[in-house]
Amino acid sequence: MKIKRNTLLTLAGLALLVGAIAAADATLGRFSVRILNLSAIYIVLALSLNLLNGFTGLFSLGHAGFMAVGAYVSALLTMSPAQKDMNFFLEPIMPFLRDIQLPFPLALLAAGACAGLVAVVIGVPALRLRDDYLAIATLGFAEIIRVLITNAQSLTNGAQGLKAITKYSTTWVVWSVAALSVVFMLALVRSSYGRTMKAVRDDEVAAEAMGVNVFKVKSTSFVISSFMAGVGGALLGHMITTIDPKMFTLTLTFNILLIVVLGGNGSITGSVIGAIVVTVLMEALRFLDMPMNFLFIKTNGLPGLRMVIFSILLMIVVLYRQRGLMGNKEFDWDGFIGIFRRKGASSAGGRS
Amino acid sequence: MELSTFFQQLTNALSLGSLYALIAIGYTMVYGILRLINFAHGDVFMLGAYFAFYAATSLAMPWWVAFIVAIGLTAIFGMGLERVAYRPLRDSPKISVMISAIGASFLIENVGIVVFGGRPKSFPSIPLFDTVLHLGPVSVLSVSLFIPVITAAILVALLWIVNGTKTGLAMRAVSTDLDAARLMAIDVNRTISLTFGIGSLLAGLGGIMWTMKYPQLNPLMGVMPGLKCFIAAVIGGIGNIPGAVLGGFLLGVLEIMIVAFLPELTGYRDAFAFVLLIVVLLVKPSGLLGKHQAVKV
Repeated sequence: MKIKRNTLLTLAGLALLVGAIAAADATLGRFSVRILNLSAIYIVLALSLNLLNGFTGLFSLGHAGFMAVGAYVSALLTMSPAQKDMNFFLEPIMPFLRDIQLPFPLALLAAGACAGLVAVVIGVPALRLRDDYLAIATLGFAEIIRVLITNAQSLTNGAQGLKAITKYSTTWVVWSVAALSVVFMLALVRSSYGRTMKAVRDDEVAAEAMGVNVFKVKSTSFVISSFMAGVGGALLGHMITTIDPKMFTLTLTFNILLIVVLGGNGSITGSVIGAIVVTVLMEALRFLDMPMNFLFIKTNGLPGLRMVIFSILLMIVVLYRQRGLMGNKEFDWDGFIGIFRRKGASSAGGRS
Repeated sequence: MELSTFFQQLTNALSLGSLYALIAIGYTMVYGILRLINFAHGDVFMLGAYFAFYAATSLAMPWWVAFIVAIGLTAIFGMGLERVAYRPLRDSPKISVMISAIGASFLIENVGIVVFGGRPKSFPSIPLFDTVLHLGPVSVLSVSLFIPVITAAILVALLWIVNGTKTGLAMRAVSTDLDAARLMAIDVNRTISLTFGIGSLLAGLGGIMWTMKYPQLNPLMGVMPGLKCFIAAVIGGIGNIPGAVLGGFLLGVLEIMIVAFLPELTGYRDAFAFVLLIVVLLVKPSGLLGKHQAVKV
């Protein structure tokens, strides 16, 4: 009976969510819809980084690089030859690339695949490193990717970036991809692959002794994560409709890392909640940059104040609640209902 | 390529290299003692430059007083940073501390943007440092000659502190085993605080010298030098002070020389450091002068 109740609740929850998204898409203004969609993209990105950081214990700071690869591949593959000619006014684009044009879903897959391919190339050397060294090496690779993109004029249009990318990232597209990512991650984490990943995270040596091929597990996780990062980057490009190499700096990686940490390292629910909270908060705090007029205090606009408050929030979470909002727990109905029943609420809390 | 051009580039390379070395020492000391990549080090470097700027302009101090005040403030700031952002997390997983470092770096940069303003400022000229000297066919900015001398002096002083004094002994003990050092009645907190102080002091000095060489200040000026100097420290073998100096020089020479001799690669300049880093990590992960550490089970 209990299982049935939870399935019903999940279905009801999903229906409610779909309804809410449909209602939001139909009634909210363009600006709010944009924030809504950005949250979905950040969900994909946060999940992909969480797979590395939270589930496999690989500290990678190279996400922006893979996003850049995905964004560029998808943008170039979906543009018509005429659009490409308009963009590449300094130096013409490579002829064979000029004439390729793929439908958006294929381009999105290609974006992920290319990012995954780059991850294979990077992963073979980098994944031999541990901890901080891995973080620094991946950071280095991301910067190298960015410099290469800036300089490959006939392939990426260099520092000018690409403009007028078709806006394929509608509410339904991004939320479908986000939902798919959540389902995929849940399935992955509960599968035997997921278990070996957690084993590697918790104790590499012990995992190896139990017969886990550590390098293979690490590279699988790295490639999957990069695939998702590539898809996320592509969606971002198709939402903002302009991309350039300056977008994909370390700051972008930090933003995603922030979501993962705030939500809870190693919690899928946490990444989802974190992505939405951070994206909405970033926009909600925008008023701080504007001139303010309280009862007695008047301030002129202080550009950057928003980011100050934001960094302080981050520091508070890191210092006082290191496990983030969810810790490494996941949402489940028993735990959720347990909150409303006074007795044993804490012991019935969700487990991962 | 004429010989004079070569010497010209060599002086440029040496002065940039010794600047990198100066900042890399700070990274290496902090990493050596806490196994922590202090992502905020580049921002401490930026603060040093701004402190000196405000002391020299708003407070109208003579430049040398301004420099001393700024360096002192930077050292105090570094100690405070350790106290607030790193000490509470000393027993936490590595990733939390690293994220705290990233958060601190973010915070300093953004407070910098709000307080100092995003627009670049230019440092008033100091004749002692920005006269152009002609040494035969080579012409150099005088500050470029000061920097290697300062770096060399600091290297000698630090080697003496670390290897020849009781404080240095404490630092090495904490670096080897924090808990065992505590049991030997070493004041671990004081030692770590002091290490941060010295590291930040060097970052502040580096920041000031940097603005003497490139007299433009902006709140994000520490990001790239910070990353590159960290790389320099890793290349030399992180935790090893002569290694940091070696790495800094190597990086400076490589950047200047490649751009000088292969001008078509200029656009890739910022990538050299990362390529060198990856090559070194793959060939000798412990760095050029670093000791190999076996993984304990």
